[in-house]
Amino acid sequence: MGMTITEKILAKATAKEKVTPGQLIDANIDIVMCHDVTTPPAISMLQEKGLDKVFDREKIVVTPDHFQPAKDIKSAELHKRLDEWARRHKIKHYYKLGRAGVCHALLPEQGHIRPGEVIVGADSHTCTYGAFAAFATGIGSTDLAAAIATGRLWFKVPASMKFVLNGSLSPGAYSKDVILAIIARIGVDGALYKAMEFTGPALAEMSMEARMTITNMAIEAGAKNAIIGFDDITKKYLDEHLKDKTDYTVYESDKDAEYMSVEEFDCSAIQPMVALPSLPSNGVPIGECAGKQMDQAYIGSCTNGRIEDLRIAAKILKGKTVAIRTIVVPATPTIWKQAKDEGLFDIFYDAGCVIAAPTCGACLGGFMGVLAAGERCVSTTNRNFVGRMGHPKSEVYLASPATTAASALEGKLTDPRKYM
Amino acid sequence: MSKAYVYKRDHINTDEIIPARYLNTDDPTELAKHCLEDLDPDFVKKIKKGDCVVAGEDFGCGSSREHAVWAITAAGAQTVIAKSFARIFYRNAINNGFYVIELPDATEKITDGDTLEINFKNGLIKNKTAGINIKFAPLPDFALEIIEAGGLLNKITKKIR
Repeated sequence: MGMTITEKILAKATAKEKVTPGQLIDANIDIVMCHDVTTPPAISMLQEKGLDKVFDREKIVVTPDHFQPAKDIKSAELHKRLDEWARRHKIKHYYKLGRAGVCHALLPEQGHIRPGEVIVGADSHTCTYGAFAAFATGIGSTDLAAAIATGRLWFKVPASMKFVLNGSLSPGAYSKDVILAIIARIGVDGALYKAMEFTGPALAEMSMEARMTITNMAIEAGAKNAIIGFDDITKKYLDEHLKDKTDYTVYESDKDAEYMSVEEFDCSAIQPMVALPSLPSNGVPIGECAGKQMDQAYIGSCTNGRIEDLRIAAKILKGKTVAIRTIVVPATPTIWKQAKDEGLFDIFYDAGCVIAAPTCGACLGGFMGVLAAGERCVSTTNRNFVGRMGHPKSEVYLASPATTAASALEGKLTDPRKYM
Repeated sequence: MSKAYVYKRDHINTDEIIPARYLNTDDPTELAKHCLEDLDPDFVKKIKKGDCVVAGEDFGCGSSREHAVWAITAAGAQTVIAKSFARIFYRNAINNGFYVIELPDATEKITDGDTLEINFKNGLIKNKTAGINIKFAPLPDFALEIIEAGGLLNKITKKIR
C-alpha cells in the first residue's frame, strides 16, 4: 500500500521508511511559529521548568499579530514578554511592529514555508501552510514550549480524506466559497483528527493565495492538517518568496495511497456562499440569505487578507460608497504597501472604508472593529461562533471578499455578481 | 463526589469556553472568572472544585488557545466528559495533565445536577443520582504517561535531565 503526502512527510520527519494512520510518532520539527497570545505562556512554562532554551534560533519564526499594536496594558505585557524572550535567544526571524503581520499570511510571504517540511504553530489556523505540500498543524502552548525547547513533538499519524475539486469556478465564486461549501457538506467535525487532501482541476487553476484560503479553514472541519500537492504554481510562488533556504523536497501521494473517504465537488456549480451564525458549517448560497441587514463589513484576516483578496474587494468598491462601517485590514506590511502602491487605498478611502494596520484584530473580537449587542457583521474571516467578533449577542456572517464588498455597498447580504 | 454540569450541546467551542476578549492575560485565576460565560453566565458561580462539565460532540473546537483548558481547570473542574473532543483541546488537556473522558452517550446517561463518582484508573463512572454504573475507555497509555508525569513538560524535563 502506498502513502499520502502527509504520511510521507511524517515518515521523513521521524526517519522511518513508512508510517500508517494511527501510529504514534516523535517527529522532528522544521519550523515553529510563535505569536503574541500563545507564546508568552509557553515561555513562562519553560522558565518555570528551568528549560529556558531554544532548539534552533533559526527555525523559530516570531510575529506578534493578534493584538498588535498593543490594544491595552495587558496585551502590551504579552508583547513585552515575547520581545524579551526573542531578543534573549537571538531569534533570527523575529518580525517586530512595522514588519509583523498576521502569521499565516506572513510566513509564506516571507519565505518560511517549504514543501516537505513539518511546521507547527501555536495557532489553530497553522494548517494554512499545507497549501505548500508541507505538514502543518496547530498546537497549544505546552506543545509549543516542548517544540521550542526540543524541536520534537509527538503526533498520531492522521488518516487522509481526499477532496477532489472538479470543474472550474464560475464568475463571482472564489476559493472561500469552495471551502464554505465543503464545510457545509461535511460539518465542523467532518474531518476531525484527519488530514484533508485537496486535489482536482479547479484547484490547479487557483493561485497560492486562493489555495491558502482553502487550507486555512480545514480546522473549521476539525482537521489536523490540510495538504495540497506541489505544482508549477507552487514552484513559482516559492521561487519568488524563499530567501535563506531555497532547497526543499517534494512529496506526492502514491496512486495506491489509502484514503478513508473521497469526496467530489463540482466547483462549476458552487454559488457565492455565506456561513450563517454561529457555525462555519452553516453555509448557504447567497440566494438563500440575500437582503439580510448588516451593520459592519470586515475584509481581512489569515483567511482573506492577502493582496488578491483586497484587489477583488477594491474592484467591486471602486467608484462607489459603502452603506455600513467597512474595515479593511491588509494582513501584512508587504500587502499593506502593495495595496497602497496599486492605488487600492484610494479606492477604499473614496468608498468610505477605514484601512487598518496588519493585525488579527476584530476577527477574534480583539479590537479594531468589535461588535455591539445585536449587531451583524459580514466578514471574510473564518469563524462565526457566538461572541467571536464581540458581544455574545452579535452575529458574524462568513463570506468571500467579493460578497463582503458587495454587501458593504448595500448594507445587506448581497450577491457579488450584481457588481461584476 | 463530583456534581455534573451538563450542556446538551455539540461543538462547544473555545470562544465559548474562554472568549478572546480575555486572552490578553494567561493568568488562570483571571481566565477562570470568565469560563463559559457566553454559554452560561452562572457557570463560574455554580461550579465547585472537583465538579465536572458534561457535553456533546466536538467539545473544544476552534482555537488552539490552551487558555480554554486553564480556564476550565482553574474554575474547578476535575474533568470534562464529552461525546467527543476537538483535536487541539484534547491534546492540550493531556499536555496539562488534565484527564478528559470521551463517552459516546455522555448526555444521555448523565443529567444536569447528577452526582458522580469517577474512577479514572478503572474507567468507571458511578452515577449516584441515577443509580447506574457507566464504563468508559481509559485514555491510551501514551496519554496516561503524560498525565501521570503531571503534563508534557514534566515528562520532557525528566527526559532531558
